[in-house]
Amino acid sequence: MVATVETINQVEQATGSYKYGFVTDVEMEKAPKGLNEDIIRFISAKKDEPEWMLDWRLKAYRYWLKMPTPDWAKLNIPPIDYNDIYYYAAPKSAETPKSLDEVDPELLRTYEKLGIPLNEQKMLAGVAVDAVFDSVSVATTFREELAKAGVIFCPISEAIKTHPELVKKYIGSVVPVSDNYFSALNSAVFTDGSFVYIPKGVRCPMELSTYFRINEKNTGQFERTLIIAEDESYVSYLEGCTAPQRDENQLHAAVVELVAHHDAEIKYSTVQNWYPGDEEGKGGIYNFVTKRGACRGDRSKISWTQVETGSAITWKYPSCVLRGKDSVGEFYSVAVTNGAQQADTGTKMIHIGEGSSSTIISKGISAGKSQNTYRGLVEIHKGAENARNFTQCDSLLVGDKCGAHTVPYISSRNPTGKVEHEATTSRISEDQLFYCLQRGLDEEDAVSLIVNGFCKEVMKELPMEFAVEAQKLIGISLEGSVG
Amino acid sequence: MALLEIRDLHARIGDAEILHGINLTMDRGEVHAIMGPNGSGKSTLSYVLSGRDGYEVTQGDILMDGESVLEMEADERARLGMFLAFQYPVELPGVSGMAFLRAAVNARRKEQGLDEVDQLGFVKLARSVAKNLGVGDEMLKRAVNVGFSGGEKKRYEILQMALLEPSLAVLDETDSGLDVDALKIVSDGVNAQRGDNCGMLVITHYQRLLDHIVPDYVHILAGGQIVKTGDKTLALEVEKNGYAGIHNAA
Repeated sequence: MVATVETINQVEQATGSYKYGFVTDVEMEKAPKGLNEDIIRFISAKKDEPEWMLDWRLKAYRYWLKMPTPDWAKLNIPPIDYNDIYYYAAPKSAETPKSLDEVDPELLRTYEKLGIPLNEQKMLAGVAVDAVFDSVSVATTFREELAKAGVIFCPISEAIKTHPELVKKYIGSVVPVSDNYFSALNSAVFTDGSFVYIPKGVRCPMELSTYFRINEKNTGQFERTLIIAEDESYVSYLEGCTAPQRDENQLHAAVVELVAHHDAEIKYSTVQNWYPGDEEGKGGIYNFVTKRGACRGDRSKISWTQVETGSAITWKYPSCVLRGKDSVGEFYSVAVTNGAQQADTGTKMIHIGEGSSSTIISKGISAGKSQNTYRGLVEIHKGAENARNFTQCDSLLVGDKCGAHTVPYISSRNPTGKVEHEATTSRISEDQLFYCLQRGLDEEDAVSLIVNGFCKEVMKELPMEFAVEAQKLIGISLEGSVG
Repeated sequence: MALLEIRDLHARIGDAEILHGINLTMDRGEVHAIMGPNGSGKSTLSYVLSGRDGYEVTQGDILMDGESVLEMEADERARLGMFLAFQYPVELPGVSGMAFLRAAVNARRKEQGLDEVDQLGFVKLARSVAKNLGVGDEMLKRAVNVGFSGGEKKRYEILQMALLEPSLAVLDETDSGLDVDALKIVSDGVNAQRGDNCGMLVITHYQRLLDHIVPDYVHILAGGQIVKTGDKTLALEVEKNGYAGIHNAA
């Protein structure tokens, strides 16, 4: 068995197991390296933004300057030189893509290679895609069809100009500028991302999806996504991410804000596959993300599903603020770490509304010499009569050099609140592995099968079109992990 | 050529040698029973044959169709047609039985140069095979072995055997934990698979299984060696005189 694993490792070293590690060669326009008010003015001018947006950015920047870097996570974060990063990088050809015909064929080929054909005929039926390449959105598909239903799906840089009243009303209303170090940074320098607006009573006719690609060297990606679901509306949204294989670390600091009004439902799924770095921890994306949803309306529902397999460092806590009466928050997570990856991820469920309820199902899988931490907060406020939470955190260890940690914080200030927490830690047993091998499955397939079984409760929450891809991804991420 | 040839097989776990020179030759179409008391090395033999990690062959050889399998990993041996029905089948939480069985069948088919079976085709195949063995559809939908009763687990092993159509089947104490009725069902399933293409090695502690699965040869394993070989009447002798009687006579 040792021999097999060695061979696999050799093949992997020769070919690289991260299949999205290629670089696209397109002419780029970049702002000078470094972060200062001039750079922010440059970005804002580049995006042709109104004055209020620039002011908002500058305010965020000034906040950020005074903030300390957070160090409470169980992560070993090497110091980041924020002046050694490009904050704006865009393909020259992509400045004003009006339709798919005008998009640089090289970029279309890139997305094709990533398995995201932007040609509407070839696309997965029923999925509209916004493709973000470094700092700009290069294409958004099915816009006309969505417009017929009254749904707005466009790059946020465009929405700032075409729907300023909506953006102004909601941006920063869920994740305030000063919320944390990375949200302040993002607010100052965000370059693009998706904007979604679902009008009252509309069930979005297709899945919406944004595909983020970091391509340029030494470039940070700071995207900003804003989704608003009016009363009695529904939307399912999925994001995917990849990046080239590079020896340097790259920064990704995104902010995602969701707002659900009365009886609205937002389902937000992520398949995160940023380059994880090599076995020794060289290279890879630093993923510092603030995602938060506000269940403002009664009976509103926000559901986060994430499959996290990439990034050298993951710092991410998709949360729900359950303000509406009987509102519902859900968090389903699979976090896989292998090699030298570090993940500190979880959720916050803030119960403010009467009868609000939340469910947290977290599955952490650690292999190699990685560290995987679940960190979650369940907070029941005084007025949250009969609030309920159920939390289940399961960790699976593959090998004996990795670590799994669970850090739950629970605070209840209402005696009628009910909070349940279950946690388990297990290992893939030698018995299970041998049983699969004896049926003719090779070791990689056996591990993938067992791990996918372990994650089943979460995987079934993913939209069908992506569940299969996510299953494969988990298998690939764990290649070479058993010895 | 013999389907299975075990030559002077010595094997150990850690520092302890458990098998001290086993010889056995089996042709296709034959059923051999291996009987022995607790601790005689029966289960060790099944694991050594199937290539489990931690069981080290120190001397001798195992040949399938004339080819040594010692250098092969467990999964390679399985794809070649070796099947082990486990004494204690293992639970795989969350792993869908259908997905597991299809992956196994396709791994074997790939080895044989056959096309993989698609999902729909497999569901049909599995259902028809299951029906013949009296395994309900409901069991196929559950996670592998999770929450199965002892009898269900054994039946599920035989179902897998029927789907994989092995050339060499090793049945490790398939009778343990079965009541009389379940024993009959499982044995019928095994008998249905007897034929010219398959050799079976039936490992058991008790004679009662051999009333149902009638062997061509019976070997008595004691102290890590085969101490006596005979036909089915040898099993009856064990029943009458116990292992001690046989061992001492040998």
